[in-house]
Amino acid sequence: MHQPILTEHHEAAHAEHHEPGFIGKYIFSVDHKWIGVQYTVTALCFLFFGFCLMMLMRWQLAFPGEPLPLIGNLLGEGMPGGVMLPEFYNSLGAMHGTIMVFLGVVPLAVGGFGNYLVPLQVGAPDMAFPKLNAASYWVYFVGGVIMFASFFVPGGAANSGWTSYPPLSVIATAGQTWWLVGMVFLITSSLLGSVNIIVTIVQLRAKGLSFFRMPFLVWAQFVTSFLLLLAFPPLEAAGILQLMDRVAGTSFFLPTGLVVSGAAMTNAGGGNPILWQHLFWFLAHPEVYVLILPAVGIVTEIIVNNTRKPLYGYKTIIYGILFLGFMSFIVWAHHMFMTGMGVTMSNFFQVTTMIISIPSVVVLTVLILTLWGASIRFTVPMHFALAFLPMFAIGGLTGLPLGLTASDIYLHDTYYVIGHFHYVVAPGTLFALFAGIYFWYPKVTGRMMSRFFGKLHFWLSFISINGIFFPMLIQGIAGLNRRLYDPTFYTHGAAIQNLNVIISVCAWCLGAAQLIFVLNFFLSLKFGKKATDNPWDSTTLEWATPTPPPHGNFLHEPVVYRGPYEYSVPGMTEDFLPQHVPAKA
Amino acid sequence: MSAAEIHYIDTPHPVTGVTNSKLAIWAFLASEVMLFGGLFSAYILLRVGAVSWPHGSELLNVPLATVNTMILITSSVTMVMAWASLMMKQLGRFRIYMSATILLSLGFLVIKSFEYAAKFEHHHFPSTDNFYGIYFTLTGLHGLHIIGGVFVNLYLLLVSGSAWKENPRKFTGRIEAAGLYWHFVDLVWIFLFPALYLL
Repeated sequence: MHQPILTEHHEAAHAEHHEPGFIGKYIFSVDHKWIGVQYTVTALCFLFFGFCLMMLMRWQLAFPGEPLPLIGNLLGEGMPGGVMLPEFYNSLGAMHGTIMVFLGVVPLAVGGFGNYLVPLQVGAPDMAFPKLNAASYWVYFVGGVIMFASFFVPGGAANSGWTSYPPLSVIATAGQTWWLVGMVFLITSSLLGSVNIIVTIVQLRAKGLSFFRMPFLVWAQFVTSFLLLLAFPPLEAAGILQLMDRVAGTSFFLPTGLVVSGAAMTNAGGGNPILWQHLFWFLAHPEVYVLILPAVGIVTEIIVNNTRKPLYGYKTIIYGILFLGFMSFIVWAHHMFMTGMGVTMSNFFQVTTMIISIPSVVVLTVLILTLWGASIRFTVPMHFALAFLPMFAIGGLTGLPLGLTASDIYLHDTYYVIGHFHYVVAPGTLFALFAGIYFWYPKVTGRMMSRFFGKLHFWLSFISINGIFFPMLIQGIAGLNRRLYDPTFYTHGAAIQNLNVIISVCAWCLGAAQLIFVLNFFLSLKFGKKATDNPWDSTTLEWATPTPPPHGNFLHEPVVYRGPYEYSVPGMTEDFLPQHVPAKA
Repeated sequence: MSAAEIHYIDTPHPVTGVTNSKLAIWAFLASEVMLFGGLFSAYILLRVGAVSWPHGSELLNVPLATVNTMILITSSVTMVMAWASLMMKQLGRFRIYMSATILLSLGFLVIKSFEYAAKFEHHHFPSTDNFYGIYFTLTGLHGLHIIGGVFVNLYLLLVSGSAWKENPRKFTGRIEAAGLYWHFVDLVWIFLFPALYLL
């Protein structure tokens, strides 16, 4: 009785639809599933590209000033004779951050997983606005092309850090203008995407699917979309102002009496560089939760499915992230304790920062308590999901000293900060996204990914990624500044240079480990074990569709009878009770 | 087959009471509020941080801007009338009012361009000082919103015949959404006018 609705009519349903041609189906598709796949593949490519930039930087950091063997001479102007120039190093750093955040993780988490799963999990045939959805992908794509192309303009890509602090960014080379234009495209794309997700969730839920019956992933995407909708525009405002500063010669972010390289600037002055920081962090702090919430959503689905137990505290975790989303708008200036904004302001943001750690702990506690007493299935996605918990915890807990002004004075702008937020985003969010790919791959492609290579990928990644970020925490406590072109320049940096070598070797190992994933991803398309409609014995609606879901998703309009996580219901012969299966008469 | 249809395109959702497009346009406008909110905050912070800040009325052309304010408010009225005509199923009247809306918005842009030209003639550019900088940025971005609105309204006017025939309720909903956007653009000007020209 737990067969997905009417699988036997699968073929008949296919025939009823007007099938679009090749371009309509694979290039300019308006089907949310294919757009989700496009987002996923594009974002994975950008993630790997962004990671390659970092692997290049790690050579300079491990062996400062030495020529890079084999490929060093192929990298053009930035590396004459294979030795990296400081300007090129700065470009790599700025673009690594930008690409990972805006072109990699967010498009993968929201564009990829949000697009593919939200309509399926709410029982809708598609997103509310399919054409807008396609537009959102293509605007993102153009933004990505602009960012990529900026490497080839005179002076190279943006080199003022991913935060683009003025006045440095205003006087920087042309790459910065490309960066700003690229950002406008990416912001527009996320605006279209978030409106679409919000409307889909509010309007298109299946009959019986009340808000408190929605899978947690849908809730996470819902809150994330509001953050994207409301937090991104101030960055767009800031981007417009900086673009005016660079192109039209205004002085919004340029103070009076600025002297650059010994020459006084001719601009009118009167601007305020701190203004940029406020506008930037007003986006970029909620952005942190944009990075983490979809990941928490994915992890929750996978943990519940593999513990075969209901989620411990379903409403608690939802209220937790709603509060988290709200609070994320009033903590931004904890990134700016060092700007001298005054004790009152610092205290306010210090307090809100401590408060926002509470819902994060609630989320983590709910997930840990869900594990309690479960007979856990150690599938590949579950490996990644379980690793997410301690990694996210390390990332979160190392953030507390940064949120307190007294300890932040010491740790600000050191490698400790880099270690902290990478623990949240890399072994945290990225592991969750990998978990999601392994988990929903059979639904998308109709094939299972290899378990053996999945586990190999997991263990190699898990070990090497900790080898990268844990030493960074130590380096930071030792006082090593971030963004240093040559870490041995200062004595205290030279004393711990051996850590940089360890980190770089781990980074390259991590890069190599991803090749296992790439191979697994493509080879499983052809050689993977055929997947059934519901290979993980899951309860939510996406598994009630045929595998892979046809255009229009469901063969019948689904009706929902219960909450999302009815596992191990007493008195049942099977240990899962899907949302769409009517109660026994 | 029924499962492939997206619901609530032309009829309101029974619980939320709105169509998809209406919810979407409100969400979009919330985002726009944050965009202009960010810029207005920047304006306030730059102004309070400045050593001296000129009075807008001494540098800008208040009479022209007053005329422009009237034009925009009138265009909002004609926009409502266009929507109301559709509600009364009078496509002909809709076309008249929609054309009036477009003409009024073009009138606004023409007057605005005269204002810009006069400033440039006197060598007042965005780079002159932060007052002109924020003036050109805010009114320029608002102008882009007007231009966007003109294109949308023009498109809706051009397709009105076929779209009305195909699904009158859906088309009326689109006009309502376009109207909400237009009122918002109008409202932004209502804030810009005193902030830049009068205070």
